[in-house]
Amino acid sequence: MTRTKLYDHVVLLLGVLLMVGPLAVAFLTSTHDYVTIHKEGMQVTWGGEFVETYKTVLTQQTGFTGGVTGLLMTQNSFILGLGFALGKIVISMLAAYAIVYFRFPLATFAFWIIFLTLLLPLEVRILPSYEVVQKMGLLNTYTGLILPLIASATGTFFFRQFFKSVPNELLEAARIDGAGPWRFFFDILLPLSKTMMAAIFIIMFVVGWNQYLWPTLMTTDESYFTLVRGIKQIMQNMIGADIPKYNEALAMAMLAMLPPVLVIVIFQRMFIKGLVEQEK
Amino acid sequence: MTTLRIKDAFKRYPNGAEAVKGVSVDVGDGELVVFVGPSGCGKSTLLRMVAGLEGVTSGEIELAGRVVNDLEPAERNIAMVFQNYALYPHMTVRQNLAYGLKNRGTAKPEIDRKVEEAGALLQIAEFLDRKPSQLSGGQRQRVAMGRAIVRDPAIFLFDEPLSNLDAKLRNQMRLEIKKLQRSLGTAAIYVTHDQVEAMTLADQIVVLNNGLVEQIGTPHQVYSRPASTFVASFIGAPPMNLLKADLAGGKVTLEGHTLPVQNTGSGPVRLGLRPERVLITDDGGIPVKITVSEELGATRLIHGHIGAQAVTIAQDADIDAPSDQVHVTFRDDDAHFFDLESGKRV
Repeated sequence: MTRTKLYDHVVLLLGVLLMVGPLAVAFLTSTHDYVTIHKEGMQVTWGGEFVETYKTVLTQQTGFTGGVTGLLMTQNSFILGLGFALGKIVISMLAAYAIVYFRFPLATFAFWIIFLTLLLPLEVRILPSYEVVQKMGLLNTYTGLILPLIASATGTFFFRQFFKSVPNELLEAARIDGAGPWRFFFDILLPLSKTMMAAIFIIMFVVGWNQYLWPTLMTTDESYFTLVRGIKQIMQNMIGADIPKYNEALAMAMLAMLPPVLVIVIFQRMFIKGLVEQEK
Repeated sequence: MTTLRIKDAFKRYPNGAEAVKGVSVDVGDGELVVFVGPSGCGKSTLLRMVAGLEGVTSGEIELAGRVVNDLEPAERNIAMVFQNYALYPHMTVRQNLAYGLKNRGTAKPEIDRKVEEAGALLQIAEFLDRKPSQLSGGQRQRVAMGRAIVRDPAIFLFDEPLSNLDAKLRNQMRLEIKKLQRSLGTAAIYVTHDQVEAMTLADQIVVLNNGLVEQIGTPHQVYSRPASTFVASFIGAPPMNLLKADLAGGKVTLEGHTLPVQNTGSGPVRLGLRPERVLITDDGGIPVKITVSEELGATRLIHGHIGAQAVTIAQDADIDAPSDQVHVTFRDDDAHFFDLESGKRV
């Protein structure tokens, strides 16, 4: 390994500046009041309105009916992110388990059909999906928000590849040890998949948290709004001659960014482990 | 008494490939039977059929007096040691040993007792709370055997258990497996492609080739009276010389040289001579043109030709190496004769 040189650091620092700079500006701007922002544009100094702005964003009733606060939106985002990620893990693990470990007719065909759905993202099937959810009476429910999104070709593919790499003798040893399909799944496969699950959880949590189109269509009741939707809501809130509350919109953007960042920072090591190595 | 009786076992895969084509083998109580043969001969398939990991197309497998064809592996009262150990990587050694017992519903104190016993027997007691990844190859091998022992099975099934170990450890573990199996008095089947392992471990050797039994016998029988050219060339290292010769009225003619033998058959045959039983003589004999010699320490291998046929001679290394030609002969009962076409002993 060569020694790190000065310009290595310079390159990295420039990269950091490029990535974090806009975030810092957004954060600093969010601490000013919206009149200043409207008059002078984005700010690069500390504005002193930090506490008031964030308190307002978190607790003030917003929306047309005033039925939602920042806190509630955060909660909704968490429910969506967690439900989305966990649901995807459960569904794709079970699908991959069936495909890899059970000989049923057309198993390979079934896998490729699942894989094919990668070509049909939500945006393509959004009208029929909406129709189905509406007919099931699931509009404005968490179930309706999460359920149509949790089938995952990517997740199934990742777990399939992982299961295929688990030595077959483990299954045979478990069969001799008297473990049936469920025991084998819970006692052997599940613990072995831990890092894989963590990696997929991180990716999927962030994707779920950032969902915008589906929640926008699905939820008309403001108490189901997520943070990502909420940002738009504030910017839209121009009644009469009001100036948009730039500071609050930016504050909410900061809040919306925080949990995914935290999840990645906390699970970073597991994430890398899950993607590059397997405990075998 | 017989622990395991395999009767006309036949295995055909859905794609039509036939791995085992009608094999019958008996394993007596406390006996260690070795299945040996080249890769693809069906030895592992046969073992897996006994284990219940492969279905039986036809025939019967009877273990401890009951036909087990349709029983799940766990219901057969067998224990298996795999080539790559197949330890559960996320469990400690203790949990690995206990897992099968736990699934059987054995009481906790009973499990603890058995695990401790096996740990002590295999000298892995100090590793019981480690994970397999923290153990060396030899220790993992012991754990794999421990997992088999705690089950208290009717029969042990070993599937090339030593092939992942280095040569020195392999010899040591080979000896330990034999001692362990003797002291437990449990019947065992041991699958290997290594004829040295087969010879040293076995009470009975089953030589398999192409899904069929070539010969069943004690190591001595298989070595000294091979039933076919296949067995003759597979068992013993270096392999037996197989030379084309003519047999007629108590005489064998090899490349124009005639020697008297007891075998009274006649016609063209294959003459089998073990390299270590070929005698170098000063007095008459068949001339061998030497091409190359190999020093192995205790012995020397001399490769040469009788006429156009290649032949290998093993010689005590203390004797001075012959230069370019030697004369050889052999004792009458060291000569084996095989049918030219079928390869069967005549």
